[in-house]
Amino acid sequence: MSFFARFAQNRGALVGLIILLLIIAMAILAPLLFPESPWRMVQRPFLPPLSQDGFPLGTDTMGRNVASGLMHGAWVSLLIGLVSTSVALLIGVPLGAIAGYYGGIIDDILMRFTEFFQTIPNFALAIVLVAIMQPSITSIVLAIAIVSWPPVARLVRAEFMSLRNREYVEAARLVGQSNTTIILRQILPNTLSPIIVLASLMVATAILLESALSFLGLGDPNVMSWGYMIGAARTVIRQAWWLSFFPGVAILLTVLALNLVGEGLDDALNPKLSRER
Amino acid sequence: MKKPLALAISAAALAFTSAALADDPKEGGVVNTIIQPEPPGLVLGMVQNAPTRTVSGNIYEGLLRYSTDLEPMPQLAESWEVSDDGRTYTFHLREGVTWHDGEAFTADDVVFSADVFHRELNPSARAVLQHVESIEATDDHTVVFTLKQPFGPFLISFEAGTFTMVPEHLYAGTDFRNNEHNDHPIGTGPFKFSNWERGTVIELVKNEEYYEEGLPYLDGVNWHIIPDGASRAVAFENETIDVLPSGTVENFDIPRLAEMDNVCMTEEGHEYFSPFAMLWMNNREGPTADKRFRQAVMYAMDREFAKDVLWNGLGNVPLSAFGSNARFQNDDLEPYDYNPDRARELLDEMGYDGEEITILPLPYGETWTRWAEAVQQNLREVGINVETQATDVGGWNQRLGDWDYDLAFTYLYQYGDPALGISRTYLSDNIAKGSPWNNVEGYENERVDELFNEAATAFPDEEREALYREVQEILHEDVPVGWLMELGFPTLYRCDVKNLVTSGVGVNDGFKDAWLDR
Repeated sequence: MSFFARFAQNRGALVGLIILLLIIAMAILAPLLFPESPWRMVQRPFLPPLSQDGFPLGTDTMGRNVASGLMHGAWVSLLIGLVSTSVALLIGVPLGAIAGYYGGIIDDILMRFTEFFQTIPNFALAIVLVAIMQPSITSIVLAIAIVSWPPVARLVRAEFMSLRNREYVEAARLVGQSNTTIILRQILPNTLSPIIVLASLMVATAILLESALSFLGLGDPNVMSWGYMIGAARTVIRQAWWLSFFPGVAILLTVLALNLVGEGLDDALNPKLSRER
Repeated sequence: MKKPLALAISAAALAFTSAALADDPKEGGVVNTIIQPEPPGLVLGMVQNAPTRTVSGNIYEGLLRYSTDLEPMPQLAESWEVSDDGRTYTFHLREGVTWHDGEAFTADDVVFSADVFHRELNPSARAVLQHVESIEATDDHTVVFTLKQPFGPFLISFEAGTFTMVPEHLYAGTDFRNNEHNDHPIGTGPFKFSNWERGTVIELVKNEEYYEEGLPYLDGVNWHIIPDGASRAVAFENETIDVLPSGTVENFDIPRLAEMDNVCMTEEGHEYFSPFAMLWMNNREGPTADKRFRQAVMYAMDREFAKDVLWNGLGNVPLSAFGSNARFQNDDLEPYDYNPDRARELLDEMGYDGEEITILPLPYGETWTRWAEAVQQNLREVGINVETQATDVGGWNQRLGDWDYDLAFTYLYQYGDPALGISRTYLSDNIAKGSPWNNVEGYENERVDELFNEAATAFPDEEREALYREVQEILHEDVPVGWLMELGFPTLYRCDVKNLVTSGVGVNDGFKDAWLDR
């Protein structure tokens, strides 16, 4: 059975993939459909949805087009999700690999270091980091990466510990391959499937974290993100429900889609473990 | 035209105005209002915070009171005279005034308050007192202030919050800050301090011995302390609270609350402070150092939009450096109307190359954040490459104090006279690193310095006016800072609270004349 066929067996995953593709399409099409900046004040403030042509989702407190904000926000959310996950993987995978492969004192040191990060609540640490570095896309991506790498490190370490004594690794050692080669060429490729699954879930968490930070006013003030939209609309929720509703739905769908896709990937990559359906 | 130099306003004039304002007032009733945040103390002069001024302005009094046009009105002084050379001010005090503990209020209290108490404790009174050579009580009810040279805004500095009268018999010779009476303030005002339950309520009760016949009408005023903004709005909605002084609810709640039945709103009662929102522009370096760039910023901003959308249409878009509530405004100047094309022309002319500049919003809540977003968008639309940098209050203070900014939002009080509230922003000797409240933009212009300094001590007002008109022309052309808006800080109240705002400081001394139609 092909990879995609196995993936498609999970109907939920298929739905998730479709939603995700739609959101990616939104992000790509945003500059084409709404070439003007989403910050542009284009109409009377507080227009309800569908009350005027060209403003299907209405306008916000400042007369900005909500639909435009939503589409440009898709790009921001996906970008932050993907980049921060990549950065987290760049930190977590090498640390986990070294700890798991060498074991002993190196493992101890690296794991205590990891635990240091794990004991601090994710969100609190992210807030502190963003506040110290000044809110900007870079600082938010870094903060999210810094709070989300420890699970990666632990996962990779566990995989390495179970794989490092397999016959093919011992064979490689016997042939005289260097440790680096063994880590990169022999073991790492075999740990990829759990990492991919974890990463898809991390993208979802990262989007949520960014939204929460923006909601608290710690977003990059120069980019329109969904969290910002909800945060700015919170104060007028009694007058204008649509301002927080649409970005809220967008976040919900994106995170749900990523989770479904993650589950589908899990099924597809680990056919033996997949549940009977 | 030559105006009479000696002013004399009789108490009869006041009796007439208050009679005209109050049609058949009813006695009795307690008004519930809000104080936000909780004041650190209630002794005016010792504590200068806005909430202290608001509560204690009803306990303490100054020599004068100011109308919503900032004309002086009698309070503890029933009349006053200014000598022809503008150097000698004689105040005739009202007779039969007693402190809340029963002691008589006399000229000695005035001399003690001004010459000893405020000189020691009160920086804003000290700024005025540096112009004063001597203060003498010539008899029990006459005080003479002799100035070193004429000082234009002298007569407008006697507001209770700035120049409170404190009782000599309780404070003379004591350690002011640790005086036992600080917990139980004693003034001459229409209300007496009764009780302060920390974190809950400050209660004032009627001063039965008040010297003005029949005043106050109310039995008391309770100042509730509710730390959460949304809860304050709800308390007003469910009628626990009768009066919301300006600034006690968020801007975006105001239209909703104002539309409720039996709710009235007034914009009057902040003329004395008249907060002026400005955009600091760094005159030292970068594109903002070029006058044409600063003019372009003025043309690029849609200030009417900000007023209508962010400030609910309240307030006023100023012509230039002098607001409509400041004296000596030059209204012949051509307004910087919203004109993006003119802005683009100016930018072309100076050869702006798209250098990135930053903008610091004022970290005082949602309205200010939205405002920065609107200005950023306005500037981007004329081709200015501008990025917003979010910061907290500490960071904002520090970056302005260090002059580490391109554009930054702020607002300042005008205090009724250019020499008190406006010149400080433009005088070159007011450039000092470390404070976000002086000439932060770094504007230096010898002629402007000259004119401002001359105008502060010129006499009479016609002389001052000519100097101030010229200074406004120069500032209007140079645009040292961006003039955004004179903010409207409305007071919301139940319509059956009558005659609440009768002076230029609003509820700060307003409960004296207020009555309940219930």
